[in-house]
Amino acid sequence: MALYSEKVMDHFRNPRNVGVIEDANGVGEVGNLKCGDIMKMYLKIENDVVEDVKFETFGCGSAIASSSMATELIKGQPVEKARELTNKAVAEALDGLPDYKMHCSVLAEEAIEAALDDYEKKQK
Amino acid sequence: MIYADNAATTPMSQVAYNTMTNLMKEIWGNPSSLYTKGQESREVLEKAREEIASVIGANAREILFTSGGSESDNQALLTAARIGERKGKKHIVSDAFEHHAILHTLNRLKEEGFEVTLLDVHENGILDPAQVEEAIREDTCLVTIMYANNEIGTIQPIKEIGEICKKKNVLFHTDAVQAVGHIDIDVERDNIDMLSASGHKFNGPKGVGFLYARKGIQLSNLIEGGAQEKGKRAGTENVPAIGAMAAALREKKDHLEENAVFVSKMRDKLIAGLNAIPHSALNGDEKNRLPGNVSFCFEGIEGESLLLLLDDRGILASSGSACTSGSLDPSHVLLAIGRVHDVAHGSLRLTIDENVTEEDIDSIVKNVSEVVEYLRGFSPVWRDLINGKREFVL
Repeated sequence: MALYSEKVMDHFRNPRNVGVIEDANGVGEVGNLKCGDIMKMYLKIENDVVEDVKFETFGCGSAIASSSMATELIKGQPVEKARELTNKAVAEALDGLPDYKMHCSVLAEEAIEAALDDYEKKQK
Repeated sequence: MIYADNAATTPMSQVAYNTMTNLMKEIWGNPSSLYTKGQESREVLEKAREEIASVIGANAREILFTSGGSESDNQALLTAARIGERKGKKHIVSDAFEHHAILHTLNRLKEEGFEVTLLDVHENGILDPAQVEEAIREDTCLVTIMYANNEIGTIQPIKEIGEICKKKNVLFHTDAVQAVGHIDIDVERDNIDMLSASGHKFNGPKGVGFLYARKGIQLSNLIEGGAQEKGKRAGTENVPAIGAMAAALREKKDHLEENAVFVSKMRDKLIAGLNAIPHSALNGDEKNRLPGNVSFCFEGIEGESLLLLLDDRGILASSGSACTSGSLDPSHVLLAIGRVHDVAHGSLRLTIDENVTEEDIDSIVKNVSEVVEYLRGFSPVWRDLINGKREFVL
């Protein structure tokens, strides 16, 4: 029995949207080194649409896969849609995560939320 | 495939496999039965006991067969606790990076009112015998110090610690699960009163191990029942596994020196290769470690991703990162030698054996270097480190 689903392994081995957006207008970083996961999300939002998104992650296989999947789920979406992203949706899109790895999907949701907060703060 | 996780388990040797399958097929009698079919099993059992005893310099009567290292550790500690308690001695000396079979048993004894002193193991992962001497009190009933650490492979000054315990008249137990079959052990020379070992760490089968207990130590049972193992461990003996364990250990002992020389050479080559990775560091003393153990920390990455990607490349290893343990904390061993959380998460343990080749070592170095670089490429922690926003530890 494999530790992770095929989907998780696919996103872990070939993470989508990896990297940095130099002129991002929303950046969010969550997690801490103590527990071993840090996610950083970069958003490029134009006309209230997430035109581009990239991520950097320090963490385990499921943390990397969760980041990757989360970026896929919000890319091209209106900001309000991106706001609605839940950790459950990330985990489901990955065909599930082991129980003790669910916090990775929570981290992905929080990272996107933090990046959106940053974007909105900058708009004011 | 390059198997570099021999500290987790080892494949069974041919001789162990042959012995085990043959015993399963032919020698199936109950060793407690008095007819010939039973007595041939008894004979296998007692020969195995003698074989094992001779490898560690003990007497056959001092060897008790168990289900493995954890059971042996549990029984040794419980035994010492019961002996101590009868004399009003309820203090135990151990150290911070013991295996959980020891630490969790100590926690249970603490709940029973025992006091436990866990000694610091320093940055190099090696105790100073003087620490043990200082820690022993009037009411100390046991000193339990592992022979060699399971994660970072450092070897403790067992002989010196044993001498101190002997002088102070305190029972001395050592969890030698990682050491037996790999380095020379002699319970007389090393002044060891009790020693735990596990069959599958030296190319024997899983689910079998032994406890050496010096003559005169009255063992406390974990399992009550029949009179097997002189009444100290009930349950019909696992004859095939015990026979195979003895055969495996005999073979390891016969090649111990040549293996140690060769494997240490390969280990040092591996250490030198991995040292070339920037911001990495070996865990534990460079020389005073098990022949096959290489443990590293790499800054800016997390161990589980490293393991998964190495697995994709056919290299099987392990890590002390939190994510591989199912808990939020990285390995207590790495924390005990002073590695901070940030760095402990990026750990990699490679444990090689005598079947490794120079090419394997080159391949491990190349693949680990590439994977570490790849993971650092999208690690926000690494970005902060190279941009000076965070300070390098290694």
